[in-house]
Amino acid sequence: MNPKPQPAPGPNRAAVARAILQRVISPESTTWNSILVVLLAFVTALVVSAGFVIASEPTVFAAPDPITALSNAGAVVVNAYGALLAGAVGNPSSIAAAFNSGSASGVAQAFYPLSETLVAACPLIFTGLAVALGFRAGLFNIGGEGQVIAGGLAAGYVGFSVHGLPGIVELPLALVAGFVGGGLWGFVPGLLKARTGAHEVISTIMLNYVAIYLTYYFLNTAWFQRPGRTDPISRVVDAGAMLPSLAGVNLRVHAGVIIAVLAAIAVYFLLWRTVFGFEFRAVGSNPAAARAAGINVGRVVVLAMTLAGGLAGLAGASLILGTQFSLTPGFSSGLGFDGITVALLGRGNPAGVVAAALLFGGLRAGSIQMQASTSTPVDLVQVIEALVILFVAAPAVIRAIYRLRTAPVSAAPAVSPGWGA
Amino acid sequence: MGGREVNVPAAASTRSSATDSVRLDLKGITKSFPGVLANDHIDLTVEPGEIHVLLGENGAGKTTLMNILYGLYQPDEGEILVNGAPVKFHSPSDAIGAGIGMVHQHFMLIPVFTVAENVMLGSEMTRWFGFLDHRRARLEVQRLGQEFGLAVNPDALVESLSVGAQQRVEIVKALYRQAGVLILDEPTAVLTPSETEELLTVMQSLKRAGRSIVFITHKLGDAMQVADRITVLRGGRVVGATVPARSSEAELATMMVGHAIRLGVERPPAQPAAVVLSVKELTVRDDRGQLAVDNVSFEVRAGEIVTIAGVQGNGQTELVRALMGLDQVAAGRITVGGRDLTSASPRQTLDAGVGHVPEDRIKDGLIADFSIAENLALDVYYLPPYARGPILNPIEMLHNAEVRIPEFDIRTPSALTSAGSLSGGNQQRVVVAREFSRPVSLMIAAQPTRGLDVGSIEYIHERIVQLRDRGAAVLIVSSDLDEVLGLGDRIAVMYRGRMEGPFESEELTRDQIGLLMAGAAAAPDPASDGQAGRKP
Repeated sequence: MNPKPQPAPGPNRAAVARAILQRVISPESTTWNSILVVLLAFVTALVVSAGFVIASEPTVFAAPDPITALSNAGAVVVNAYGALLAGAVGNPSSIAAAFNSGSASGVAQAFYPLSETLVAACPLIFTGLAVALGFRAGLFNIGGEGQVIAGGLAAGYVGFSVHGLPGIVELPLALVAGFVGGGLWGFVPGLLKARTGAHEVISTIMLNYVAIYLTYYFLNTAWFQRPGRTDPISRVVDAGAMLPSLAGVNLRVHAGVIIAVLAAIAVYFLLWRTVFGFEFRAVGSNPAAARAAGINVGRVVVLAMTLAGGLAGLAGASLILGTQFSLTPGFSSGLGFDGITVALLGRGNPAGVVAAALLFGGLRAGSIQMQASTSTPVDLVQVIEALVILFVAAPAVIRAIYRLRTAPVSAAPAVSPGWGA
Repeated sequence: MGGREVNVPAAASTRSSATDSVRLDLKGITKSFPGVLANDHIDLTVEPGEIHVLLGENGAGKTTLMNILYGLYQPDEGEILVNGAPVKFHSPSDAIGAGIGMVHQHFMLIPVFTVAENVMLGSEMTRWFGFLDHRRARLEVQRLGQEFGLAVNPDALVESLSVGAQQRVEIVKALYRQAGVLILDEPTAVLTPSETEELLTVMQSLKRAGRSIVFITHKLGDAMQVADRITVLRGGRVVGATVPARSSEAELATMMVGHAIRLGVERPPAQPAAVVLSVKELTVRDDRGQLAVDNVSFEVRAGEIVTIAGVQGNGQTELVRALMGLDQVAAGRITVGGRDLTSASPRQTLDAGVGHVPEDRIKDGLIADFSIAENLALDVYYLPPYARGPILNPIEMLHNAEVRIPEFDIRTPSALTSAGSLSGGNQQRVVVAREFSRPVSLMIAAQPTRGLDVGSIEYIHERIVQLRDRGAAVLIVSSDLDEVLGLGDRIAVMYRGRMEGPFESEELTRDQIGLLMAGAAAAPDPASDGQAGRKP
């Protein structure tokens, strides 16, 4: 969260190191406390959701006596969450067995859940970063959805319409197109805000609709539509534009995950180690003081929205070039909005965003397994996610339940932060 | 309305003197925050019907003590006795129930409500079925106003009132809740000289009615004028208790700061040189399109300090913002050192060698979430050595902070402490440290010492004079007459967007400035609520 400069050589090295340490451990920095709150929020959400699992299971209520009902309830919950976990990270014993057997397809099978988790997490990292970057600059980017779509459309179009280039050129070109497409969808609301003061929440929501309906339009044009099809589906991207698989043909995990993690590192570096990041954070915390200090607030707004849009655009690109390979209506499937949840859970911190995206990716991958092997529906995961956010948004509830020390109140009057601060 | 007795509710009707008097005893109050012992075994007694002045520098523990008394904080140790009986306040409503009222430095009023609505808010009088009884609330506001000389119109919208009138509403609000003890937190910091006089008179009449007042201030003159007793806090402890008759301003100042200090500014005669800032026929409109600065012309030369006096809201804010490139100029011309900055951006203005201490340090001067080190680099972060190209060098920011923190005596646990957690005086020192460490040819400081303690004021004034003597042009905007007179080589006064002067400082008496601030001859009428200086 804070600048973490490397200790410099010279007489002040010890003082700097001490100061950094102090910043990390001092009560002002509630980092550890807030991580604990997030973890406990997750645990609490699981406990509360267990109630829903039980409620959805008729055998519990059909049981002849309360003891049986209770044991049935316990078994149902253990089965559901066991399947969820197995679907998210796999089964340790089967992984070990697969390695022992030495069969390549067996190993792949054992790692399938983890691969699915990463596949689901990859676009979430991008959209989470898109929202987090906006937060830091004081912007509430609700337009992730439209930016994902715009990025996907642009990346997909380059992917299937540019031929004859080597993969080493074509894939980066498609990714850049995705970034530019999403960036354009961020640039417009940024410019509107900077020039006219139009609130980005309104303009980004509106642009979401524009992107959704543009998809329908494009998918029925000759530029996009797959030859011989009458339904809205695009051509398939060239093999050269596909994100390479990381673990062979049997697993879907692709290089987009690595790009997503690199993007998180880049966002961290941008925010805390560059002049632009300083300006973003200054404008995000106090635009009036930033302006008085000579920072061009309008330029920051445009730049931050454009970069945020570009990151969301990469989510769309990673979907099309990494897992779906062709465009269909609704391909973004709410990822832009999920980015808000991920950014909230990750506290607007790039590392937190990656962790939150992995958690949600795991829940999603696991939920499919859970529905397949138990009678608990996929939708339970939506409930869990919603509850996690509810508890994270109301930390007082978690602190009260677990009797945590409340965050120290500073004696000085707090300055009211803006959106997303 | 006159003396017509109305059927005020039972509780409100028993407010005749003796029943409301409260004797307060604070015994051994101790409160620590992480890293700070804010209150260290403080004993304080407030007798019924006395004005007890609490003096202390920022960070001395006055506000913490009063927040404990008002139920906002719980003490770690010690007890509070009301009329001899120990009490525990878990929230302000407990304190209000025990007859303690507080007027905060920042008013807690709802601008779009009327005076009567604000007063009744939270303890509404109701008729059957919970309908609000506006009529009785209005009558009660009028009655309290008449009894204590607090002239407020119950039907006026709070947003249309002057700062002084809003403060009267706050006092009426506390009295309406049967406050026997009123805590006034730095009430004179926001007032004009005449409003201050009025407030001191109101305090006297409250005292005569048996109410006690805890008057937090660091204006020594005000303290000496009304205090029955004075308690001085320093570093969280009581360092002295005295009565005005047996003390002097100098002695009190020494107690507050801990060492002898000079009151007033020592200022050798100015040696003005070339014109640095030239403002010609400047007109600025505020965001509603009203004339805020009306055809103002003046010059500031190198090596002199020009002070602009005026009640808040007479165009000084807009003038400074226009000079800094923060507000648009409607007409006229601004040049600094011969360069036309009329339509320059804030960055261009800063780069032209203009330093700026903004009027509202929380809003415009600091980023509360940022560390002190980052705040100290807020307008130079993009220059070497703080940045190399686009890459930031936070280490250099820390190095810079380690130099500035002792140099400007910023009291903080570390350079990485967030600016928002500092006391007001230390926040201002951060702003001053940043602006005064840059090479500037013109320094524009608005209300540079507002809300600061004697020690910080002395320090900042010394720095300003030093800057002048190094050859910078200095423009100070202040509503504090002592500051205007103490610093100004030339003095101008702003009233309703127009400027009188600047005059040579010897040409003007204190009274004349006071009159000009109130719009030449017409002193503001205390009974009228749309006060002087407020634009419609």
